[in-house]
Amino acid sequence: MNIAVCVKQIPDQSVPGKLDPGTHNLVRDGKLILDDSDSYGVEMALQLVDRAGGGEVTLISMAPNGEVSGIRTALAMGADRAVLVSDPSLAGSDALTTAKVLAAAIRRNPFDLVMAATESTDGYTGTVPVQVAELLDIPSVTFAKKVEIENGILKVQRQTESGYDEVECPLPALVSVTAGVVEPRYPSFKGIMAAKSKPVDVLDVAALGTGPLTTSQEIVSVRAAEERASGTVVVDEGDAFQQVVEFLEAIKVI
Amino acid sequence: MSLSKIWVFVEPSESGVSTTSLELITAASGFASTVEAFSYGVGSEVGQILGEHGASKVVVANGLNGVLAGTAIASIMAKRISAEAPDAIFFGSTAEGRDAAARLSAKLDLPVLTNVVNLSLEGGVLLSENAVFGGSEVVSARFKSSGPGLYVIRAKSFAPEARGGSAASVEEVAVGDIGSAGKAKIVQSHVEARSGPKLDEAPVVVSGGRGLGQQDSYQMIEELARLLNGAPGASRAIVDAGWVPYAYQVGQTGKTVKPTVYIACGISGATQHMVGMKGAKNIIAINKDADAPIFTIADLGIVGDVHKVLPKLIEAIKSRS
Ligand SMILES: Cc1cc2nc3c(=O)[nH]c(=O)nc-3n(C[C@H](O)[C@H](O)[C@H](O)COP(=O)(O)OP(=O)(O)OC[C@H]3O[C@@H](n4cnc5c(N)ncnc54)[C@H](O)[C@@H]3O)c2cc1C
Ligand SMILES: Nc1ncnc2c1ncn2[C@@H]1O[C@H](COP(=O)(O)O)[C@@H](O)[C@H]1O
Repeated sequence: MNIAVCVKQIPDQSVPGKLDPGTHNLVRDGKLILDDSDSYGVEMALQLVDRAGGGEVTLISMAPNGEVSGIRTALAMGADRAVLVSDPSLAGSDALTTAKVLAAAIRRNPFDLVMAATESTDGYTGTVPVQVAELLDIPSVTFAKKVEIENGILKVQRQTESGYDEVECPLPALVSVTAGVVEPRYPSFKGIMAAKSKPVDVLDVAALGTGPLTTSQEIVSVRAAEERASGTVVVDEGDAFQQVVEFLEAIKVI
Repeated sequence: MSLSKIWVFVEPSESGVSTTSLELITAASGFASTVEAFSYGVGSEVGQILGEHGASKVVVANGLNGVLAGTAIASIMAKRISAEAPDAIFFGSTAEGRDAAARLSAKLDLPVLTNVVNLSLEGGVLLSENAVFGGSEVVSARFKSSGPGLYVIRAKSFAPEARGGSAASVEEVAVGDIGSAGKAKIVQSHVEARSGPKLDEAPVVVSGGRGLGQQDSYQMIEELARLLNGAPGASRAIVDAGWVPYAYQVGQTGKTVKPTVYIACGISGATQHMVGMKGAKNIIAINKDADAPIFTIADLGIVGDVHKVLPKLIEAIKSRS
């Protein structure tokens, strides 16, 4: 069982994001970390390979600036190797361009399953995984909250508006997971040490051989969204519920 | 100058078509002279309501046989797109809508704009407003390429409006063979029951988060919601933990709600949660941490323990009736 896991490396989310005033692209300088959303896919892939009794977990990542910190975190969790596509020309790529790059990188090694998160934390288009699946000409199942493989068949519980669907599909396939799918492990000290010597192939767009990539969206302007002002804050001394009652009365809810 | 044709992916609901779909049809009919819907799992009676909101035709996909709906709709659209040349295609920001937009985008090499919260027509070109950084900033964007632009639009960005047009004509099409994408099939659907008013339409929403501490405490949320004729909701943290089904989730990946009052209990106020509820007319938050971000948008903030405040609040409301 060989699994390719898409892992996005993103700026630390505790620091507010910025757009470049000139290009309006997301500023992605400095250290990048593993998107939390992708740690679930990494964990799920490690468990599936383990259950299958052998195979490799290959990380696939695209970042404009050669950054590998986030990849190292996922390698420390136990992934075997990584392919990083890094090229300054990829700064500000749209979802489709990103998908083209990821699909080309995935194709370089044999795979049975491609894993991604339902949406990334910083871009959250939620379209990249299925675009990758279409480019690879494989079936996809999004919003997975449970993933199993039995006799070469992928079995997924897929979240729906009213509950969940059991979806089945033959491999190779792509699955995008939610944060409820599995509990990611923390890298152990041993894992962190081992990650330092695991192979990371770094490629530029020319080496990838996708042909020309163009982003066909243009950001015209950026503004701050209207902010909602805060109101009264009271510390509960045992009777704050009264204030809630009065508030609900005032707006005629009760 | 308006556009000539917009296609809209219309999703079914228990009562016909989803409210979000009607929002998109209404918006589309403000920008284009012809609006055509693509749907599945609906009866021909939906022609009426779609027509009233501005659609002239609805293409209904038949014979899905378990194939995922987004995949099926993308295949049907892809086959007709060059002959029928729509100027733009609208999808709701749902699982199915994103699947459909993503498949179509990669099939036809068309770009997609996601998290769209507003659209305007300027000089014959659609300009979209997209929420970024969890909705704290809005970027305006447009497509540079030719060919129809794909727009994935967030719920409640437009108001649905029945303008009283005549019923849309209904064209049934077979899904047919859709290649390897069609190999993923639904073998069984499970419905997790929920009671009371619909979360995204209820005038009162009471939501619980990880601050409830344990699954059992969610009963307080349900009881308060029931007493206020509202709907119970949840943060993603407790959906992922398995305390409540996904249908309860409010936020970026869940429902967008705009009730008269939203009561957040034990919810920190992550941007991804707030983007789904900050359109509420009034917000009340109960959180034991005075620095919780939810207080920056609350009209009434109570710094306190949900286990102390909620039981008293429930008793007080009960004793009134
Ligand atoms: C791509 C992406 C999409 C996401 N989509 C969504 C979404 O749709 N909806 C969503 O909700 N989240 C979403 N999230 C997750 C979001 O970032 C937060 O992790 C989540 O909202 C946190 O839930 P919470 O507030 O319940 O938990 P926490 O952040 O853990 O907050 C719990 C709060 O409870 C308070 N508390 C603890 N004990 C008590 C007590 N006894 N009494 C009162 N207060 C107490 C604490 O002070 C704390 O503020 C998304 C994240 C990502 C990356
Ligand atoms: N640059 C990237 N590198 C690796 N994986 C990515 C990248 N962009 C998106 N993905 C994958 O696609 C998922 C959804 O991303 P998005 O469509 O941006 O919401 C992410 O969580 C990743 O699994």
